[in-house]
Amino acid sequence: MDWAYFLQQLINGLTLGAIYGLIAIGYTMVYGIIGMINFAHGEIYMIGAFHSLITFLICQAAGISGILPLTLLLMLFVSMVLTSVYGWGVERVAYRPLRGSFRLAALISAIGMSIFLQNFVQISQGARVKPMQPLVEGGITLMESANFDVQLSYMQIVIIVLTFVLMVVFSLLIAKTSLGRAQRACEQDRTMAGLLGVNVDRTISTTFVMGAALASVAGMMVTLYYGVIDFYIGFLAGVKAFTAAVLGGIGSLPGAMLGGLLIGLIEAFWSGYLTIEYKDVATFGILVLVLIFRPWGLLGKPEVEKV
Amino acid sequence: MSAAFASSRTNGSEVVKELAFFAVIALLMSVMLLGVETVDRPTGLELAVRWDLVLLAIGATVIGRLGLIFRRENISRLGQAVLITLSAVAVFEMFVRFRELDDRWVSPVFLDMVFSSVVSTIIGIAFVAIIFATAYFTMKDKTAADVDESAKLSSKIQLAYRSNTKKIGLIGIIFFIIFPFIFGEDRSAIDLATLVMIYIMLGWGLNIVVGLAGLLDLGYVAFYAVGAYSYALLSQNFDLSFWLCLPLAGIFAASFGIILGFPVLRLRGDYLAIVTLGFGEIIRVVLINWYDLTGGPDGISSIERPSFFGMADFSRRVPDGAIGFNELFGMEYSSMHRLIFLYYLILVLALVTNFVTLRLRKLPIGRAWEALREDEIACRSLGINPTNTKLSAFAIGAMFGGFAGAFFATRQGFISPESFTFLESAVILAIVVLGGMGSQIGVVLAAIVMIGFPEMFRELAEYRMLIFGAGIVAIMLWRPRGLLSFRDPTILLNMSQKEKVAGEIK
Repeated sequence: MDWAYFLQQLINGLTLGAIYGLIAIGYTMVYGIIGMINFAHGEIYMIGAFHSLITFLICQAAGISGILPLTLLLMLFVSMVLTSVYGWGVERVAYRPLRGSFRLAALISAIGMSIFLQNFVQISQGARVKPMQPLVEGGITLMESANFDVQLSYMQIVIIVLTFVLMVVFSLLIAKTSLGRAQRACEQDRTMAGLLGVNVDRTISTTFVMGAALASVAGMMVTLYYGVIDFYIGFLAGVKAFTAAVLGGIGSLPGAMLGGLLIGLIEAFWSGYLTIEYKDVATFGILVLVLIFRPWGLLGKPEVEKV
Repeated sequence: MSAAFASSRTNGSEVVKELAFFAVIALLMSVMLLGVETVDRPTGLELAVRWDLVLLAIGATVIGRLGLIFRRENISRLGQAVLITLSAVAVFEMFVRFRELDDRWVSPVFLDMVFSSVVSTIIGIAFVAIIFATAYFTMKDKTAADVDESAKLSSKIQLAYRSNTKKIGLIGIIFFIIFPFIFGEDRSAIDLATLVMIYIMLGWGLNIVVGLAGLLDLGYVAFYAVGAYSYALLSQNFDLSFWLCLPLAGIFAASFGIILGFPVLRLRGDYLAIVTLGFGEIIRVVLINWYDLTGGPDGISSIERPSFFGMADFSRRVPDGAIGFNELFGMEYSSMHRLIFLYYLILVLALVTNFVTLRLRKLPIGRAWEALREDEIACRSLGINPTNTKLSAFAIGAMFGGFAGAFFATRQGFISPESFTFLESAVILAIVVLGGMGSQIGVVLAAIVMIGFPEMFRELAEYRMLIFGAGIVAIMLWRPRGLLSFRDPTILLNMSQKEKVAGEIK
């Protein structure tokens, strides 16, 4: 067995998994709090990617793209702010009026929203693939073997570290702040939380905003990592991230991250050792297996059937 | 302005604050995606700035919001309608400007377009008038009596609809039967009607799974694909005729329904949705990559067209030993014959689907589906086997999807995985839900609205899906349970008994 190759796939898988995990958090939080699949979340991630690309181009035009840390911070900040507004807007327009209505209505509305956003970006930014030059280049060679060098690029380090930092901040936010407490309360019982003085509407809006902000970070990282984006990237990433959320146990934040990492690893190893064409089949196959044997996911709690 | 709000709950400064808030939101949403365009240049991406679009977006949002505030505060119905119309025109102006690259600041493109010819003037004025009228009449000041009145009216309409479903259905069927006699020479009309009919059939098929059994299936297109590929492959590799393949395609699709259905039966609701979506994608990925069998992304071309029940052929040059359709009936050759034949074929297939569904609903299995949709635990405790019940719904729904797929393959003569994307599943599901789950006539209505109208506006190609998506959201907001939504059990105990029970419970 070639350990070098294995290690390289592990690094690639973790990088990919970090990105999926960040998107998956948005799904899992929204599902936890209002019990719906936010189908447009993949589109939010795509919009995040576009925002970061355009911010970079503006920086380039303004001549400050030479100062790398500043550019990266600006991309991160601008994309997070602008994309969160989209998260807020989507909830306000397409989901809030349907809250408490028939369950499928919200899902269909979300699918409509997803189609709308995809085509909105296609029309306003063009259907062509958008290339982006690599910003963070170079890397560390971890291991050298006869025919293969294991590379850990700086970009991969940035992605993994940034994801880790965001996860820590985010977990603290949920566990320690009053906002997090309100969110957990709404997740358990929305009516009761409302009666006890939690502003339910605002809490749900904040959940969407936070999910969108994390998805936009994922979008920015994909833009930097792969260097190409188009208006269609949201669909597959969205489906996979949802798979990750279900795999980890929907409603559970560490579960979403774990699920994301697992999906990333499965994809990387499957493409590395078996066939790259069928990597999506592998992802969905795993999802089916998990759902059959452990429908509540790896870290979720089994749902009690109530009569 | 503050005087106008003096008598109401909101005062002027709050309104200004609210408008400013929405202006900022609109600014943030549009500043990059609309305000800056990425342009491909040989040297890389470059930026083009379009501040006019941002201004329009902010304008449309603020004016529209003001209209909604007027509505909330019950101020001037005329004012509400004018504001909403203005906002809609601003949105329209924004979208037509995507195409115009020069002279952005000069004269609104919308006005130029409207006054460029007589026809466009009429269309433009009609467009504005329709929006205005809709805004004016739906934004009527609602008093308690009005609400009462409209509830009465809608219950009257409901009653009329419910007591006449058979008549409405019959009128619909007659209309679809005589359709080719009215539009017989219009190729595009027949094509469009055939397309709508395919979606009606798919909608009815999916209605069994989603509407009756209450199983949310986001991967219905997989069965459609299985049907299409089984026909294409059987006919190319084994030289079987369409009429033999049609039932086979149905059987294949149904077996796939059972194979896919079996492992996921324990799942409910959204989990089921996501797994079926996964299956749909798996089938598509396999179709793309199994090059030897399916031709991969190139698909399968020159699929055999159906004959007239094996008796006559529709092509201009009839192969040896066969009879042309026109010879059989002693008519002039016309390429329309095949199209009209195909139209009637899909009409019959769709009606069979409908008939079978309507009959099944009255059988024990159909009642079990409806019961399962309402309460699975109650069903189980009453001795209904949920596994068999769900599997049968999956299989029968899939079978009709397979029939429709085989028809699709023979009509197009070419299939590729492109035709079986998730978007198709979403469209079919949207038809079922928009129609009102479980409502057969609702599916027809929704298919016409969702497929017919967008196809008519082919010229707006790039805006078509945008409007489609926005339309789905709008219809859901307007009628969350679908256009025709009366989810009654198909069979009730007789009324007097039901009332007695209700009285006892009280």
